[in-house]
Amino acid sequence: MAEKMATRQAYGKALVEIGKTNQNLIVMDADLSKSTMTAEFAKEYPDRFFNMGIAEQNLYAAACGIALSGKVVCASTFAMFAAGRAFEIIRNSIGYTQANVKVCATHAGITVGEDGASHQTFEDLALMRTIPGMTVVNPCDGVSAMELMRQVIDYDGPCYVRLGRASVPIFYEEGADICLGKGNWLRKGKDVTIVATGIMVSEAMKACEELDKDGISVGVIDMHTIKPIDEEILLEAAGIGPVVTAEEHSVIGGLGSAVAEVLSCRKPVKMAMVGQKDTFGESGKPEELKEKYGMTASDIVIAVKQII
Amino acid sequence: MDFKKYDEIASRIRMDIIEEVHSAGSGHPGGSLSAADIVTALYFKEMNIDPANPKMEGRDKFILSKGHAAPVQYAALAEKGYFPKEELKTLRKLGSHLQGHPNMHKVPGIEMSTGSLGQGFAVCVGMALANKVDKNPGRIYTLLGDGELQEGLIWEAAMASAHYKLDNLCVIVDWNGLQIDGKNDDVMAVNPIDEKFKSFGFNVLVINGHDFGEIFDAFDKARACKGKPTVIVAKTHKGRGVSFMEDNAGWHGKAPDDEQMKQAIDELGGTL
Repeated sequence: MAEKMATRQAYGKALVEIGKTNQNLIVMDADLSKSTMTAEFAKEYPDRFFNMGIAEQNLYAAACGIALSGKVVCASTFAMFAAGRAFEIIRNSIGYTQANVKVCATHAGITVGEDGASHQTFEDLALMRTIPGMTVVNPCDGVSAMELMRQVIDYDGPCYVRLGRASVPIFYEEGADICLGKGNWLRKGKDVTIVATGIMVSEAMKACEELDKDGISVGVIDMHTIKPIDEEILLEAAGIGPVVTAEEHSVIGGLGSAVAEVLSCRKPVKMAMVGQKDTFGESGKPEELKEKYGMTASDIVIAVKQII
Repeated sequence: MDFKKYDEIASRIRMDIIEEVHSAGSGHPGGSLSAADIVTALYFKEMNIDPANPKMEGRDKFILSKGHAAPVQYAALAEKGYFPKEELKTLRKLGSHLQGHPNMHKVPGIEMSTGSLGQGFAVCVGMALANKVDKNPGRIYTLLGDGELQEGLIWEAAMASAHYKLDNLCVIVDWNGLQIDGKNDDVMAVNPIDEKFKSFGFNVLVINGHDFGEIFDAFDKARACKGKPTVIVAKTHKGRGVSFMEDNAGWHGKAPDDEQMKQAIDELGGTL
């Protein structure tokens, strides 16, 4: 697992690649293009890039106007200001009209690190999931982020794509079978299944190494699409045994809740949720923060051992 | 120029507004009546549109940013022939195409679902940008309430309109001076509106929003202005045309009863 890449870097690469053939692609940003990685697209295709300044509400409303004029728009800023600040614009202008806007939000979760609590969003998946017709995606590595961006741009409708700041290991091989709306078994187990999303997929894989040593057979699902969630793969997991969810997001309203909504109705099993507890973050190094706030492989190991 | 034709259309639209809101038992007559002349000018003279082909390539677009004035837009669309006038009486009723605030997927001719203030204008910024990218000659028009100017998003959108030199965008402010809780000046002062937009880089035109001569002239000037967006600050009277509603904030969001409707229609020169 030598190679590492932040999902936002993959996003930037994907935009440049897709922009080459898709003349209909417009990219927008709110003064963070060097961080969200839309700057590469801006350099290549200046006529199809609009910087809207530090004005996220206008970013998403204007993105809607461009999309309703027949374009596909990727509009980026940090997750806090996209899903948080511009929530009602995304809900009313993009969601209600089902405009073809891709809200591509970077710097989500605790791994924003040193910037601290004001920039660490744990609410975005919950907020975006409640908007009717909104597809919600959270890729775990560079390869899947690129492939999912291709599919998200091909899909006609509003999407929220959550992208991270920090580098994460690459799990998927180029050309791997990655399909929007379908979870992926990264490994199968006999005792328990970890359903993980985003950077927590990497932590889940690390947790498996520990659990293997203790003779616990663990499966891992990469749930890159939180909505619509893949109910079939969840039922399959519930048929094996307990389910542990892992996300870099509040345990209220995110992946854990989405999985519980399915399983509690269709096939109840014991569940545990690893994620941000009901609290704000703080400044620190990403790795330190993951540890302090309980979002590491060790936390997943503890959760698995408690539940089986 | 004889404006009789437009006066007559505006009167019919005003009567339809009264009947729509009466039939719904709720809705926003005051700000619909104040905008009736501007909306008439847009749909019946200024805009390049075709009710037989609502999605016509290169058409002009009108977005009602003050979405609560939906009754005036519905009345104008029906008058123009986008849908039968009988439907107006279904306003706000379960299953109706005519939602309390406009829905672009339910009504032909509605270009954007609005209602949450500030967003219509900002969406227009995107539409105007897209037309620039595509070299599409269509112009974008949006009508704002004066109270709506209190939304922060308005000024984000205004900044972007000037920054991107959106001369294909024409903003109209329905300056009737009133909002739900009373006078703009008492609730949250928005004046001077013209100076604010001027400092944001707009071509600013201040007119009487009930004078067709001034309205048409302003649209001509807006079209001729290159390199910057235009705002037409149109002085209007809330509830215009119905004596007991005129300049009365109480009629912002209230339906007339049977007797009041009779009087209103009578004053507008119609019969029930």
